[in-house]
Amino acid sequence: MANNNKLKRADIIFSTYSVDPYDVLDMAMKKGKTDVINELIESGLRGRGGAGFPTGLKWKFMAQENNEEKYIICNADEGEPGTFKDRKLLVDVPRKVISGMAIAGWATNSKKGIIYLRAEYNNLIPALEKEIEVFNKYASKFDLDFSVNIYSGAGAYVCGEETALIESMEGKRGEPRNKPPFPIQSGYLGKPTLVNNVETFAAASMVCRYGAKKYESYGTSDQHGSKLFSLSGDSPKEGVHELELGMKISDFVEEYGDGDTKAVQIGGVAGFCIPRKEFDQTIIGEGNTTGGATMIFNSTRSMYNVIHNYLDFFAEESCGQCTPCRVGTQQLLKGVEAVKAGNKPESYLDDLVKLSKTMKLTSKCGLGQSVTNSFSSIVKNFREEMIY
Amino acid sequence: MTKIEQLVNDLTGKYGKERKSLMPILQGIVKEKRYVDNTDMVHIARALDISAADVYGVASFYSFIENNEMGKYVIRICKSITCEMKGKHKILKALEEELRIKLGETTHNKRFTLLETNCLGLCDVGPAMLINEEPYTKLTPEKVHEILVDYRNEVK
Ligand SMILES: Cc1cc2nc3c(=O)[nH]c(=O)nc-3n(C[C@H](O)[C@H](O)[C@H](O)COP(=O)(O)O)c2cc1C
Ligand code: SF4
Ligand code: FES
Repeated sequence: MANNNKLKRADIIFSTYSVDPYDVLDMAMKKGKTDVINELIESGLRGRGGAGFPTGLKWKFMAQENNEEKYIICNADEGEPGTFKDRKLLVDVPRKVISGMAIAGWATNSKKGIIYLRAEYNNLIPALEKEIEVFNKYASKFDLDFSVNIYSGAGAYVCGEETALIESMEGKRGEPRNKPPFPIQSGYLGKPTLVNNVETFAAASMVCRYGAKKYESYGTSDQHGSKLFSLSGDSPKEGVHELELGMKISDFVEEYGDGDTKAVQIGGVAGFCIPRKEFDQTIIGEGNTTGGATMIFNSTRSMYNVIHNYLDFFAEESCGQCTPCRVGTQQLLKGVEAVKAGNKPESYLDDLVKLSKTMKLTSKCGLGQSVTNSFSSIVKNFREEMIY
Repeated sequence: MTKIEQLVNDLTGKYGKERKSLMPILQGIVKEKRYVDNTDMVHIARALDISAADVYGVASFYSFIENNEMGKYVIRICKSITCEMKGKHKILKALEEELRIKLGETTHNKRFTLLETNCLGLCDVGPAMLINEEPYTKLTPEKVHEILVDYRNEVK
């Protein structure tokens, strides 16, 4: 299979190694809390939910919070179109995810773990509950005071944003909060709350298993370790692939494209759309998002349809709380339709790009801020397709 | 006590009467009858001692908490990018023909409601849809037919 050795495969999270993840928890607990957190810092692991915040640091801040009631939340709201790696983790290796949560709970003195699972994944609940029962047995064997519960979402992409997620858990509309305060200081019910992505917890467990040195040796100077890529679109190899960060898009396309690739969307719809002429210069994981959704488009695809589909998504999923995003997403959608229909001149596209940049500056959360990424890159690189 | 009062009562018994119980209560009602109408919301509001407008504000925010009457089986077909590329339109057409309803409608016998939704996290095996909580993948018009036959015959 690995006929392309320019593409660095990593076999960490999905390797069927013989150590039970709960024994990794045991190993971690024998090391001492500060050591484990330092190891995580050394490993260079960054959050896999998109924002890329250093995980070890986050855990360190959480450990410093003095409070009897602290929460560890596993963000399984995975709603970005094109992303499905968290589902695969929860189906194939839930034990690695839960062990990562338990290590976080132990290392930061937090007793309550919650998996925020999107409603679309409700069919995974029975299997996850079984796994939690297994965990509970280990926890009592290790004398670890940490519980894991599942909280079901209700169909809102923006609830993947950590403060919107917390609002929703408190029984409110999923509208992002102002930051600061950050969840670590004041999160769920006003208590210190650590939110990490599903993959981040699994990766943290891997760092404990292999040690920071080995983990850090994967990837680039900027991004360490392995990364799961959700690959879909015009590819004969759709699915989740575990790769080292830092490969060129041209290598990626050579391995996974269908021979006729015109553009690659990296980092999901909130990320960038890279045209063929830039495949050689673009490195996945450097200066672009780390969410890991990759969609491949071949030359039969209309990029107008692609951006129209994205904008429809953003306009629908905007929580409506702030004007630039609520109105901006709708205006961008109407705007591209008007240009396509010939009701607006070509130059109107430039006004729309400006609008999207204003949204980046003035929107409250990542949803409104990131629309310009795909919008500008598609309008710039596929301008004719927007018009004719 | 009406049926819905009884249900709200059971749910508050299970999840408590605090504000944070609101979502699990709404979800519990959806599980039981697939949607939450305005009367249900008044009962929830009373039980939690918050305003009905507040309950409505929350319920209407979430796409899996429907306000309109739904059929026994709610079909949600993914309309996001990869599924669209893989022929979601053909699947939607097959569903509409098979059920003789348009998108957004419920069959006369109140068995099926047809809706669209955003990405289901099944992009590599699209086109995809959910029927209630059950996912169906790699759909073709033929497959849609077979699935619906099973539901009609309650094999499912
Ligand atoms: C609109 C929006 C949607 C998001 N959706 C998710 C999501 O589905 N899963 C996730 O882990 N993080 C999501 N995030 C990022 C979270 O806010 C947060 O940064 C992340 O859960 C932190 O975990 P990490 O440090 O492990 O990445 C989203 C952010 C925004 C702005
Ligand atoms: S940017 Fe959009 S999604 Fe985010 S808070 Fe503002 S309106 Fe809501
Ligand atoms: S695009 Fe349809 S499941 Fe993701």
